[in-house]
Amino acid sequence: MEHSNHPHSFEPMNDELTGEPATKTGLDRRKFFKLFGGGLAVAFVLQDMFSFAGEAAAPGTALVPTSQVGAWIHIGEDGTVSVFTGKVEVGQNIRTSLSQIVAEELRVPISSIKMVMGDTDLVPFDAGTFGSRSTPQMGGQLRKAAATARQAMIDMAAKNWGAEGKTLQALDGMVINRETNKKITYSELTKGQQLLLPISDQARVTPANEWKVAGKTVKKINGQSFITGKHQYVSDMKLPGMLYGKILRAPSYNAKLVSVDIAKAQAIPGVVIVHDGDFVGIAAPSVRTAARALQAINAKWQETTQQPSNANIFEHLVKTASASGGRNAGAPKGDLEEGLKSADFTHSKTYNINYIAHVPLEPRAALAQWEDGKLTVWAGTQRPFGVQEDLADEFKIPKEKVRVIMPDTGSGYGGKHTAEAALEAARLALQAKKPVKVVWTREEEFTWAYFRPGGVIEVSSGVKKDGTISGWKFLNYNSGGSAINTQYKIANHEIAFLPSNTPLKQGSYRGLAATANVFARESHITDLARLIKMDQLEFRLKNSDDARLTAVLETAAKAFGWKSLGRATGHGYGIACGLDKGGYVATCAEVMVNSHKEVKVIRVTQAFECGAIVNPLHLENQIMGSIVQGLGGALFEAIDFADGKIRNSSLSAYRVPRFSDIPKIDIVMMDRKDLPSAGAGEAAIIGIAPAIRNAILDATGKGLTTLPLIPNGVLT
Amino acid sequence: MVLNVNGVKHEVSLEPDVELLSVLRNELELTGSKYGCGEGACGACTVLINGTPSRSCITTVGSVAGKEITTIEGLEKNGTLHPVQAAFLETDPFQCSYCAPGMIMSAVALLKNNPAPTEDAIIKSMDGNICRCGTYLNIIKAIKLASKP
Ligand code: FES
Ligand code: FES
Repeated sequence: MEHSNHPHSFEPMNDELTGEPATKTGLDRRKFFKLFGGGLAVAFVLQDMFSFAGEAAAPGTALVPTSQVGAWIHIGEDGTVSVFTGKVEVGQNIRTSLSQIVAEELRVPISSIKMVMGDTDLVPFDAGTFGSRSTPQMGGQLRKAAATARQAMIDMAAKNWGAEGKTLQALDGMVINRETNKKITYSELTKGQQLLLPISDQARVTPANEWKVAGKTVKKINGQSFITGKHQYVSDMKLPGMLYGKILRAPSYNAKLVSVDIAKAQAIPGVVIVHDGDFVGIAAPSVRTAARALQAINAKWQETTQQPSNANIFEHLVKTASASGGRNAGAPKGDLEEGLKSADFTHSKTYNINYIAHVPLEPRAALAQWEDGKLTVWAGTQRPFGVQEDLADEFKIPKEKVRVIMPDTGSGYGGKHTAEAALEAARLALQAKKPVKVVWTREEEFTWAYFRPGGVIEVSSGVKKDGTISGWKFLNYNSGGSAINTQYKIANHEIAFLPSNTPLKQGSYRGLAATANVFARESHITDLARLIKMDQLEFRLKNSDDARLTAVLETAAKAFGWKSLGRATGHGYGIACGLDKGGYVATCAEVMVNSHKEVKVIRVTQAFECGAIVNPLHLENQIMGSIVQGLGGALFEAIDFADGKIRNSSLSAYRVPRFSDIPKIDIVMMDRKDLPSAGAGEAAIIGIAPAIRNAILDATGKGLTTLPLIPNGVLT
Repeated sequence: MVLNVNGVKHEVSLEPDVELLSVLRNELELTGSKYGCGEGACGACTVLINGTPSRSCITTVGSVAGKEITTIEGLEKNGTLHPVQAAFLETDPFQCSYCAPGMIMSAVALLKNNPAPTEDAIIKSMDGNICRCGTYLNIIKAIKLASKP
């Protein structure tokens, strides 16, 4: 449930993937239509999951295990198209892009689509919104579901008219007979119906090169509510009688509560206190009163000293690594020792990766309400069903008694998988018998959420003069296994990931460990190219046999002008590439290092390819956002900690990229209409750090090995 | 104490050292202004005080009593978006949009003083506003769109 300190805790993605579906009660079509009104619904299930022969003629109960349902689309009797999905909107604009996909297949205007997202009472189970899977998986399911619904409309019209299906066409929410020009709207067709259909594999999905709505820029569909300040994030919500929650926090990690005196706080009118073990929480009628009550609590803690700090963290991670049990990157290949022996040059380097924070601009927030034994929690989370499960466990109630609702939230970047604020609000609300909202402060978000893991990566390699990489040993301590496998042709390699005992809570982050692994690999690759005096681009092309990787490399290099770079004093150029979760990226960077050794990133060119593009503007935004966020981790972001305390737990102390930090950025998006669309929220972040590092090396001869590269802006 | 917010006078009885942001959000239910840091470091809470952009999280209500306070909710007039809002809607720069109200308020203040700012002037004047989703370059585009040619 919690991302605690135990060694494997930072692989939430794996845990989340194997998580049991929240409900197994089945999809009861009578209940379904009671909830949503008559009409036609298409659920994403395999045909044989439905046991409802003669469904239309004899409406009964079609029991489909909900674990098999990924999404459903409902065309109401008024023609409204509702799309139900467990995916959530955290700024990646999938509310818009998934609408486009459905509008495209169903041949309806995008304005007739209502997206119902992330409400565990209404939408099918979904493991969570992470790993760039919303577009490839949910998008794929919805395309098929919508295509099935479209075909059903055509079939129903054909039956109505006694016409041949071939002569009919779906267009603008209607079925049209091309021969007679007769028209009938979807709403006329669905009136009085209660049809629940499985997704048909026969339904023809529209190929990307025929797209009219998808593939084009469509503006954020609820954009106006955001720029007017009307959208209600969870932290903005208020219920009648609602109290404000505050939690007593330990002074440092692993501190134990020795004694606590809550009498003074309890005496403040309206204050409710929950004290249970080390948990002390307050609910009060105003934020001010809650804060005052918190101050009135007298707590004694026993702290654990001698906890690791930045000064010794890398040593600590290597020392505490478990020899086995980590996710290994698979069997070694070839004979590493022989490979290294046959090299003309060998090269060994150790790369250090600092812990960094997600810093979602909206900190964690949750609003909880108990009514007749049923708990409803509005929470900003990337995993509403995961939070539902955590709450059911905590209060020992069935999942059906817990409803988690996730309104479009103030971003996550992999940092909002957990349920902390939801649990806190629910505990307080239970005792207070009133709705309670808990909004974390920035300091709490920095201290009590979780971090992108720190890590140590040891790389030893050998290269031949002709550019062949003859051996490759890559050992990752603690930062994780994502994108750990080399994308290059290497005959002999050993690649492994060993989890360590992390002193800080760690968890998912945009791109997970790919940022660390690609940084180490791509730094090392440029070092090898220099050893044999080969151009870093040419060396990569020579060792790549993946056409998509080669294509992004060549595209980025061309747009950057790689072949015709000048040699201005202090300027340097770097390139890096990689692939992750179906996205391919190549990044070129130019830096300038002046006589005071101050480093400035002048420009960045990034080529990105993730299959067929659904919404060009929003894809560009995602790539841009990844580059900017990656820039922070590359240059200056690092968590400063010692003895269980975060020492830079504020935005004035922890630096994130601002307007003035942003270099010139050119993005080249490659639209591969022949390939399925993949997500873009993650792979686009991995190239920037090594590209900048390699550019600094080119400019100065100094090959940096630690992320962040220049925390103080100056090369030391 | 009287708070004049978006042209509406609110009689409130509060200790004068309460932060304006908290009062706007929790008492007046004007939740468009956001909390991001509470220390004046992110700009999410930006409002205008007599036309000057101010971080409401570090502004006490006592210091603004009787002054003209404008929040994001006060920009729209009779159902018509403020031109700066319209330019942001047209450019569609945001991802999660949590920074949007603060960005727009800062941009409104900038453009009022300098209707046609250079890119450098935009960067300089907006540098106190953080967009963690990293949409800076598109925000600059939106501000340019809202600039007088
Ligand atoms: S919340 Fe006021 S500046 Fe960040
Ligand atoms: S759009 Fe998310 S913080 Fe700016």
